[in-house]
Formats: sequence, C-alpha cells, structure tokens
Amino acid sequence: MALNEDKKLYHVSSSPHVRASVTTQKIMTDVIIAMLPAAAFGVYRFGIHALIVVLATVAAAVISEYLYEYFMKRPITITDGSAVVTGMILALNMPPEIPVWMPMLGAVFAIVVVKQLYGGLGQNFMNPALAARCFLLISFSRAMTDFSASFPAGSADAVSGATPLAVLKAGGEASLSDLFFGNIAGTIGEVSVLMLLIGAAYLLIRGVISIRIPAVYIATVAVFMGLFGGRGFDLYYVACEICAGGLIFGAFFMATDYVTTPITPLGQILFGVFIGILTGVFRVFGASAEGVSYAIIIGNIVAPLIERATVPTPFGKGRYAEITKKLMHENSERGGK
Amino acid sequence: MSLGTFKGGAHPYEGKVLSENCAIEALSFDGEYVFPLSQHIGAPAKPCVKVGDTVLAGQIIGESGGFISANVLSSVSGTVTAIEPRMQVSGFPVMSIVVESDGKYELVEGAGKKRDIDTLSNDEIREAVKASGIVGLGGAGFPTSVKLMPKNDAAIDYFIANGSECEPYLTSDYRLMMEEGEKIVGGVKVCLRLFPNAQGIIAIEDNKPEAIKHMKGLVKSEPRIKVMELKTKYPEGGERQLINAVTGRYINSSMLPADAGCIVHNVATLLAIYEAVAEGKPLMEKVITVTGDAMASPKNVRVRLGSSYKKILEACGGLKTEAHKFICGGPMMGQALYELDCPVTKPSSALCAFVHDEVAENPTTPCIRCGRCVAACPEHLVPPMLVKAANADDMEGFEKIGGMECMECGTCSYVCPARRPLTQTFKQARKKVAALRKIKAAEEKQRREHEEAAKKEAEKKAEDMKKNETGKEVPSWR
Repeated sequence: MALNEDKKLYHVSSSPHVRASVTTQKIMTDVIIAMLPAAAFGVYRFGIHALIVVLATVAAAVISEYLYEYFMKRPITITDGSAVVTGMILALNMPPEIPVWMPMLGAVFAIVVVKQLYGGLGQNFMNPALAARCFLLISFSRAMTDFSASFPAGSADAVSGATPLAVLKAGGEASLSDLFFGNIAGTIGEVSVLMLLIGAAYLLIRGVISIRIPAVYIATVAVFMGLFGGRGFDLYYVACEICAGGLIFGAFFMATDYVTTPITPLGQILFGVFIGILTGVFRVFGASAEGVSYAIIIGNIVAPLIERATVPTPFGKGRYAEITKKLMHENSERGGK
Repeated sequence: MSLGTFKGGAHPYEGKVLSENCAIEALSFDGEYVFPLSQHIGAPAKPCVKVGDTVLAGQIIGESGGFISANVLSSVSGTVTAIEPRMQVSGFPVMSIVVESDGKYELVEGAGKKRDIDTLSNDEIREAVKASGIVGLGGAGFPTSVKLMPKNDAAIDYFIANGSECEPYLTSDYRLMMEEGEKIVGGVKVCLRLFPNAQGIIAIEDNKPEAIKHMKGLVKSEPRIKVMELKTKYPEGGERQLINAVTGRYINSSMLPADAGCIVHNVATLLAIYEAVAEGKPLMEKVITVTGDAMASPKNVRVRLGSSYKKILEACGGLKTEAHKFICGGPMMGQALYELDCPVTKPSSALCAFVHDEVAENPTTPCIRCGRCVAACPEHLVPPMLVKAANADDMEGFEKIGGMECMECGTCSYVCPARRPLTQTFKQARKKVAALRKIKAAEEKQRREHEEAAKKEAEKKAEDMKKNETGKEVPSWR
C-alpha cells in the first residue's frame, strides 16, 4: 500500500502528547532558591569567608562533574542544577572557618565517587553531599568540629567551645530564641532555624517536597528525646533538641533527597521514623552529640529495602475490594427494607 | 457540598475554551466513505455485502462477528466499491468496506420509525441497541449491548452517565449535553427501565457549570435521575475512577463495573441509545471536536461515520499555521496520526492539530525519583518500579507489583519532570504480558490434551492386559 507518497509526514508518538511544565532543572532551581535564606544568613553571621566557602564548594562540584563527564565522553549535565545543589548542601554543612580546600575536596568526592561512579544523577545510593560530609568528618575531624570561631561575640560558650547540642547533652541549658534566630555556633547553613523554615515553606508551597519525611522525622526525634533525653517531656528542652544540631536543615533539605529516600508514601513515613530513632540513639547514647548526618546516611542505605516492602495496594485490590463489598452490602440492605 | 473525586490524577491544560462555545455544525461530503470492520473491542464484523452492491444509509454491511462484537452500518446510500484493507488512525490497515456515496442519504426501510419507549420490552430495547451497532462512543468502543446485559439486572444499583469529559481540548460531550440534553436524559430513562433497582446519575466535571445547570433543570421531574458534580481532574472520566468518585466503590482490572453494581455509559452513547430505541435511528453519525492551536477555526461538527479526517479538516477551514502533530482524540490518550486520510470511526472523539509537539521538544533526562508519578497514578501504582521490571524483562515482577492494573491513562508520563516514557513502556509491557498469558494458556491446553491422550492410552493398555489376564489364576496375595 502506498503510504504518504508526496504527502507530508507528521510527528507521531505514543500518548500522552502533552507534558507538565515542571522539569528537573526547575526543581533543582527551587531547591537552590530555598537554601538562599539560610546561606545568606550564614554569610551575614560568619562573614566573607563563609561566602568564599559556599562559592568555592559549588564551583568545585560543578567543575568536577563537567570534567568527569567530559573525559568519560558522557553528555554534559551540569545545566540540570543537581551539582549546584550538592555543592551548596555540602557548603552549608561546613564550619564557617574551614580551610576552603577541604569542602572543595569534599565536593569532588561527592560528585565523582558518590554520584558519577554509580551512574550519575538518580543512580547514587547515598546523598552525595552527606557522604562527602561524613568523608570529611572522618578525614579531618578536628577542622570539621572546630566551631570556636563561630561563637557569637561575648558568648559564655565561646570559652568551653561547645555547640548548643553538646551543652544540652552535658546537662546545661540552651536558649531557644538563640537557636531559632541563629545566634549560636554551628555550620554555615544550619544555625538559623527561621531561615531554614522559610526555605522549607517555599519547597512545600512549590510542591517540590512532601511534608511526610520531615514531619515524621522531627516528631520521632521529639518523642525519642522526650523519652530518653533524661529530662522527660519538657517542652522547652524538646524544642531545643529540635532546633539544634542541624535537625531542621537535615529534615527538610537532606532527608527529602528524592534519589536516596523511599518513593512510596508509607515508605517515606517509615523512613522518617527510622532516621528519627537513629538520630535519637546517636544523640543520647553516641560519643558525640551530633547524629543527623549519620542517621540519614544509614537511612539512605536502608531506603531500597523499605521501598520494596511498602509497595501500595493497587486501586481496587486488597482492602479496596473489602470497601467495595461493604458498600454494596450496605446498599443492598437499604434497598431490601 | 464536597465534589466527587478520586485519589491521584493531574491537571493538564484544559484547552476547552477554543471550542466550547461553538454550536454543533453538520458536515457531509461527496465521494468515498470507509467503514472498517473492526472499530470496536472484540471480534471484527463479517462483511455481508459484495463489491458492486447498492446499499442504503443505515443498512448493516458488516454483521457482528461474535458475542463481543458489533454490527457495522453504512452511513450513506451508494455503491460498494471495494472491500480491502484501509489505513486507520492506529497506523495499521484494517479490512474495510468502501462505499461511494450517491449524495441522497436514502434511509434503509424501517429506519426513522418512532417508537413509544414505555411499551417496549426489555428484550426489544436490547435488540434495538444491538442492531444499531452502538458501541462505547467515549473512546473505548466496547459493544454497548453487551454492557447492557449484566448477569443480574436487579443487582445494578448505579447507572452512571459519563459527562465528565476529562480529556483536555474535547468539547463534543459538552455540546451534546447543552444542545441535546433531553435525548441524553431520554437515553438514561430507557436504560433505567432495564435495571429496576438502579439510581441514574449524570456525572459532570465542575469545569462545565453551564452543562451542570442545564442537565439539573432537565432531570428536575425525574425521581430516578440526578446530576452529580465532579472535581475537574484528569482522568476523572476513566471508568474505574468515575465509579469511585460517584459511589466510593473500587473496581480492578479483572472486574466489570457490573461486579460493583454499576454500569457506565458515555453521554454520547446514551444519546445514540435514545435515538436507536425511540426514534429508530441507527448509529450513523458522530459529533467530534476539531480543535488545537493550529486550527483556523476550532469547531464541533456532526459528521457521518466513515468520513475522512482530511475532508473534515478542509471543511473546517484548514490550518492557520503549520501543524507538527495531529491527534485523533485528546492529547492525553489520543492517537497521533501520520496520515490524515483515515475514516472517522465510532469511538472517534476529536481531531487536534498542534503547532508544537511537546514530546519531541522535551528530551528525556534521568529519573530523579521525585515521586510525582507515584502521587499522580490513579491506580496507586509505583511507575519507577514498573519501569525497572519492564526494562529488565521481568514480566512476573511487573505483574506482581500491579502492572496489569495500569489503564494507560498517561498521567505518569504527563507529570514526569524528566519526561520519561512511562506510559509508553507500560503499554508495551502489558501487551507482552497478555501475549505471554496466551502462550501459557495454549501450552497448558496442549499439555492437558497430551495428558488425556496418555491417560486414555494407559487405560486402553490396562484393559488389554486385563483381557490377556482373564482366565489366568489370580494370585492369592492379591
């Protein structure tokens, strides 16, 4: 049969023929925008060196991705924004006075070892920025835990050199308002809960993240610290625990990483509970007062297992069939009367 | 009042504004009309005319080829010029009867005879629907007479008229409700006679407030029929989602709506039922929407079945700019055309002409596991897992996590920020599973036949042995 002789050929493809406007690039841009308030506050609090750390880390992440892809003869994907996000999360996890080359090395580790060697975007089994942070913590533990320069001037803690979480663990008191507004020692991006919540609200409103993992994670930590923190459900204490130690940053910006957390709704809830308990265990029973990074990393490793165990019931199967039976039964009884 | 809806779904650009206020215009053409023998789900019809025969409008030219099948009728009077494979919107040639119209549209004897629906028996109603060749006009093309014959008429408690028209750009159902709402209500009334315990519900998405108002007015004095507003969301009009939105019940891929006490018909189908039963008018015409951003003047047109899309496009004023993509049906579930000279069939609903091909313009990027597809899937599936199974050729795994529940609505592909071909992968995998099931069933049958033959053989042997043994002494230990 003669098809389209001297006729024009049109585009054909299998349905659907339309696409939503959201793209990977737009999602990544939203995440970057959401981190800006916290980053800006970090620069305001800690000075120009913090800005240099952020810019250098992001640059190292993007350039290492470009070079890896260039030499491996793979398509260059730096425009999708994921390397920028990785670099930024890593930078915001750095103490403000860190030597610049350390986070840059971390960024190269995150991009090349954790992300690209496993197949690039979407294939890594750990959050690259967090893995790099843990890599740096192990390699340069002194520089990574030295917050002495980051204390507000005249603060009493400056003498002891302890973060609010360490103070809490030692039985001391922390100021909730200082924690909330960022008048504490800590990494560049984690100090101001207020700024982090502004960014988180932006992500939620834009539909980039769902509230499931952060809400369950934070609630689990609160309950755990109430039970095992040694001070009971003292609201002030529990609130301090929530605002300290990068929990808010971790919950909204790292535990919501698409690639390394479960994709199923129930799986996300279980994931939140799991990392919440781990964080609590590390905080209460661990050697250091911190626990968010390691908890999320271990959660990342367990995520595929959680996901496989929480595949939702398809429409009309299982419990839905029960609902249908019940409704039909009720209706036939009504009709019978 | 909360609106009826389901969990999941998406909100693609509606595009209905292009044609929703265009009243239906009738178009007819000279020349050739093409009637594929397979324009419904089920067995193809068998041709019952020969080349050279003279046929009348409304005459059966292809007889239903089985229980799940439908008659094919000529929509014009004229001469049969060929019975040969002709190109379809699916991109495949299908055996078709070609009729050269004589331009008179002479009706077959008996057509157009008005009947009083109150005096007809249930069997007469079903027979009229069957003879008229009516199939689901919303797009599925399932033979309507089969749907009207559930195992137990009394067990049906909801009869749902689907006026949701959730597919973007389509406005033909909306126009039908606005212009011929009385007949649609009439169709519901005819069907309610078959199901004594059923409540009639006309379900309409809330993006059509005029239609809701109009239909509510029409059913004011009908105690058994009411209008229900649904939330505007794709795929609200999918049969399973619609039943869920209206009744709260759920059906899965292995159930029929009747298993949940429901029967669903598109409003256009109900109009056809009314015309067939009350006015004696067989299914010869179809209202379709001709729209899209490349169309000079979007319209809703009533055309005879078998008309060529090419002629329709020309008669509607053609294109205002170059179109890159033509779609038969809506953009979510329609078929892309690479050849416009295809006939309008019973399930046809629209011809869309688009300046841009969004699929070609949006390259695929890696999955970032954002979960938008999981949240949107109206069947509560996990598309990334299904894709993994399908790409690994793990058909068992694909079935196990619900792959066969997919109804190919396209929502996952629509919402995907990485523009991954999810629905497309599932379509392929589902076909593969269906084929594998067939092979398995055939092998099972063969195996059983072999076994039976072997068993018979063994029995025969045993009998022979017995015969040989007769007369011999039976050992005492036996």
